[in-house]
This record gives sequence, structure tokens and C-alpha cells, in this order.
Amino acid sequence: MFRYAIKMLFGDSAKFYGILLGLGFASLLIAQQASIFVGLMSRTFAFIGEVGHVDLWVFDPSQSYVDEPKPLRATALERVRGVTGVDWAAPLYKGLLVATLPDGSRKVCDVIGIDDDTLAGGPAEIIAGSLADLRLPDAVMVEVGSSQQQLLFPAALGPGAVPAPGQVFDPKGPKRPVEIGDIIELNERRARVVGLVKCAETFVAAPTIYTTYSRAVTYAPPSRRVMSAVLVTASPDIDPAALAERITDETGLDAMQPHDYSMRTLGYWMRETGIPINFGIAIALGFFVGVAIAGQMFYNFTLDNLRYFGAFKAMGASTWTLLGMVALQALVAGILGLGIGLGAVSAFGLSAAGGKLAFKMLWQIPLIAAGAVLVICILASVISMWKVVRLDPADVFKGP
Amino acid sequence: MPTAASIPTASPAGTAIRLRRVAKTFGKGENAVPALRGVDLDIPAGELTLLVGPSGCGKTTLISILAGLLSRDAGELAVFGRDLGELRRDALAAWRRDTVGFIFQQFNLVPQLSVAENVSVPLVLKGESAGAAMRKAHELLATLGLEGRGKSAPLKLSGGQQQRVAIARALIHDPRLLVCDEPTSALDAELGRRVMTLIRDRSRRPDRAVVVVTHDDRIFHLADSIAHMNDGVVDRISRGEHASQPHQSL
Repeated sequence: MFRYAIKMLFGDSAKFYGILLGLGFASLLIAQQASIFVGLMSRTFAFIGEVGHVDLWVFDPSQSYVDEPKPLRATALERVRGVTGVDWAAPLYKGLLVATLPDGSRKVCDVIGIDDDTLAGGPAEIIAGSLADLRLPDAVMVEVGSSQQQLLFPAALGPGAVPAPGQVFDPKGPKRPVEIGDIIELNERRARVVGLVKCAETFVAAPTIYTTYSRAVTYAPPSRRVMSAVLVTASPDIDPAALAERITDETGLDAMQPHDYSMRTLGYWMRETGIPINFGIAIALGFFVGVAIAGQMFYNFTLDNLRYFGAFKAMGASTWTLLGMVALQALVAGILGLGIGLGAVSAFGLSAAGGKLAFKMLWQIPLIAAGAVLVICILASVISMWKVVRLDPADVFKGP
Repeated sequence: MPTAASIPTASPAGTAIRLRRVAKTFGKGENAVPALRGVDLDIPAGELTLLVGPSGCGKTTLISILAGLLSRDAGELAVFGRDLGELRRDALAAWRRDTVGFIFQQFNLVPQLSVAENVSVPLVLKGESAGAAMRKAHELLATLGLEGRGKSAPLKLSGGQQQRVAIARALIHDPRLLVCDEPTSALDAELGRRVMTLIRDRSRRPDRAVVVVTHDDRIFHLADSIAHMNDGVVDRISRGEHASQPHQSL
């Protein structure tokens, strides 16, 4: 009878496609919105991962998230280095500075200053140039992507060319992306592009510019506190967690492993912004759309077939057999609807890969979508099953 | 034409279904509607019995009770010697599956299934493999003049063909009791006669019985006996001219 249950489901094409549409749309909305949410939230701590393998981040205790630097005194670096168990420690600068382009336009840039000696904390991928070129005078490396889209140079000015004295460019004239050799001004100081890098999209939409720490502090406004964080690797004989406690005890600064710092950053955005609520509403909407469309369609499908279920019941089908048929129909519709929805989300994710859209489908997201679809199917089928259980087989002798 | 007889009656082959003072009331209190008020009836084995009477007289309630679809409130009922009141719900479903074939007024053929699949349902419910059930369905359809139509959708058949499919579904598991509800209401006179003759053929064994609810007086002459119902009771039995006579095929 279960084979016939499937045929009954597939045979009523209008309702079948309606059910699939409802379930597919619900799983699409749930999985897509959840993936965008995860992608967006991942960007809040993407920079921590971008810095690469360090055991600990040391920063001001009042700092809530990575993009909110509370500068440390320069002495903090030596204090951290003085803690037993610290194998290596390097300063890191991270701050928003204004870049001025040859046509006079200004852009706020996210400037990262990495350790002069080791260049640790540099970008993960160099597209053009060499990281060692950062040691050249006035050298900076800019990120392809947002930098190349936002740091636009006048097309009339060739790559690496210096504007002639008195040369003026039309700010609305044709543009080209920044190239190696181009000169920009950071806080009215000269910076020469020596390389192009690729880095993870972060929550800050500003173009990212890498340079050395010592040069970054010259670009930054003068202050006794300019260091954003201290990056630490632990000696092989000490657990990083234990070292973090020791650093906190001895310096009064917060020390966290990258994962913990990422979670602290994530927690800030989750608590302090309406982003989770907004996405939660969208995901809940997907669920309720699924219940409303697919549930209603499935219920109507069962109602339409109630007379046949009644005939089966009269012919000796047990209530359990009929319930099994309804459950199987719901399960098959659920699996197919979920497949359609997740397939569409995957295609969406592939098309968005490498672009500006935040999208990250964790393995848990399909499971969440599957759980939601399962709940929708259970809700729909339980109501339908109730009609089947209450079905009086003698009703088959009643007129239409 | 049928002739009057006493109530209850008997047949040479014995009694298939025996009802004594069977009563059924729907609703309670002020809303109670008595459908059967104490039915006494013997339905002979090996015969075609018609249940006739005006609308609301209790015909549908009576066939529902004797087919095990509805429980009685009072009285005695034995179908082939079995008291259906002793059976629990699942056992009753199993009894219906093994013993009863149904022909519904609206056919109730599942439109999403093929003709042969519809016919095979009773065998599949009995646990027979789908392949064997389909094979038997095609064979039976061929004997009913529907050869080659097994893969068709039921709604693509004419009313008469659909009725024959419904008959095939009712007969495929060789039930001892065949219960038919207005089987000729949608058919013209000639087709109705052919269908009833086919159904009557099934009754011609001592361990079989056929009960037909009908308003169609065109088929009264084919009956072996006719139970006339009125206001919840069987008030008389007519013995048809075909009673105990050799079967005449189409």
C-alpha cells in the first residue's frame, strides 16, 4: 500500500507541486537566511583568523570586539614579553585612517600594521608583489576587492605615475583600480602600493591596507597609545590557556586564544545589535510560510483523498496502514521539498562565492532546515492523520 | 415479479447472515435519531438479496452493520456464523479484508492509480505481492471485458467501464460476502442488467451471499429475494422468480 501512497502523492500533480513549492520555499528561506547570517557574523571575527597562527591575542580589557581597538601603551609589548612562557610577542596596529587619492577624493581605510621584523600577521594570500616589499620606504599593500573597487585612480594617471605639479583630475572622470606603484596619502603621509593582497571579507567595509607596524603608527594620529593588540606565541612547554591566565594576572590585560577572542567578538555583535533578531524573524517567516503553504496543501491533499482512505478502511486496511501511508507521503514530500530548497540555496551560495555577499553554509544549517521541514511535515500530517483516524469507514456509503 | 413471503425467510442453501432485533440509533438525547428499530432478517446463502425502501429507511445503516463497518446498539448479528460484535476493531478490519467485497455507489476508484492497481488493492491489503496482485487484476479485468485497460487511468474510462473496474476490485479476493450500494444508479438499463447479472453470478455458491442496496426497480426481477425496509425495520420479504433457479448467464 505504501507504493500506492506514493503514487497517490505524485499523481495529484497540482497539490504535489504546491506542497513541494511550500516546503522548498520554506527550506530555501531558512537555510539561505541562516547561511547569510552565519556568513555575516563570521565576518565580525574574520580578521582574527586572517592574522594566522598565533596562540594568544592580548588587548585592552575594555575591548569588546576586534574592530573596536582600545589602544595600548607601547610598554604593554615589553610587559607581555616579560611573562614567563611567552615565546614570542609582536605588536599589531589596526585602525581606520583616511586615504586621499590623486583626484582629491577621500576614503576611510582599515590600516593593519604588522610586526616589522617577522611580518607576522600579514595577509594570507599575496596576489602581486612580495610581503618583504613592505620593508621598502612608504610601502603598503592593498587588498584586491574592496580596495580596488573603492580606491579608484584617475584613468588619465598611469599605474605608478606621479601627478605633475598643478595637475588636476576631474573627480567624476573615468577611473581605474589601484595598481602597484600608485601613490596615496594616508593622513597626509605618502604611501606607495608595492603589492596586492587578498584577505577575508570583514565586517568593516572599508578597503584594507597592510603595512609595517612602525609605519602604521606614523600614519596614525599622534598618541601615546597606538598599539591595538599584542600577538603572542607560547613556549612549547606551556598550555596557551594557562599562559593567557598568567598574562592577565601579570599585566592586567586580557589574553585570549583566537577562538575565544572570535567568540567574544561574535558575542558582542549578537548581544548588542539587532542582526540576530532580524535574521531570526526572516527564518521564522520561512518556517511559518512552510507551515501555511505546505501544511495547508498537504491537509487539502489528504482531505481530497479521504474518501479513498475511507474505501481502503472499509476494504480492511488498518488504521495503522493508513497512518503509515499519510506519514510516508509527508516524508517523501518533505525530503523532496528539502532537497529542492537546499539545492537552490547551494546554487545561490555557489553563485555568491567570492563576491561581497556574506554566505556561509555550515553543516548544521541543512540539518536545521531538515528539522524545520520535519516539524512542518509532522504538523501537516498529524492534522491530516487525525482526519484519517476519525474517518468512519461507513461514510463510504454516503453520497458525494 | 417477486412474491410476498414471511419474515424471516430461509433458502435451500441455508442462511448466510442472520439478524435479530438489530437496532441502531445515531446521536443522543433529544438529538437521537433511530436508524434501525429492531431488524429481523435472514439473508440466504447462494442468493442475490436486494435491500429496497425509501430514502432514510435504514438501508445504508443495515448494510454498514452487516458488512462490519458499523457497530449495532442492540440485537444479534451473525455473518456466516460469526458474531461481529465479538471482534475488536483490528480483527474486524481483518475480517472485512478477508470476507467482504464492496461496490460503492461512487465507485471510489483512486484516480492517481491505474485501473489494475485499483483492482489489486484488496489483494495487496491481504499481503499478496504487488506483482502477483497486478497479474491477477489484469486477468480479472480481461474476464470483465476490460482487457488492455489495466494501465489506464480510471477517469479515462466510461461510467460502465468504471463500474466494472469497481466490480473487479470487489471480486478479486473472492469474498464470501459481496455488498453493493446502488451499483446500477449510474448505468443505463442494459448495462445495469449486465452488471447485476454479473454480480448475481457471484452469489451462486452455498458459501456466498450478495446484498445489494438499490432504488432501481429495473433490476428487481434479477433478485432471488428482496427485503423491503421502511422506517428502520424490514417489513416484508419478497422471494424473487430467480430463487433456487439455475443461473442464466448473459
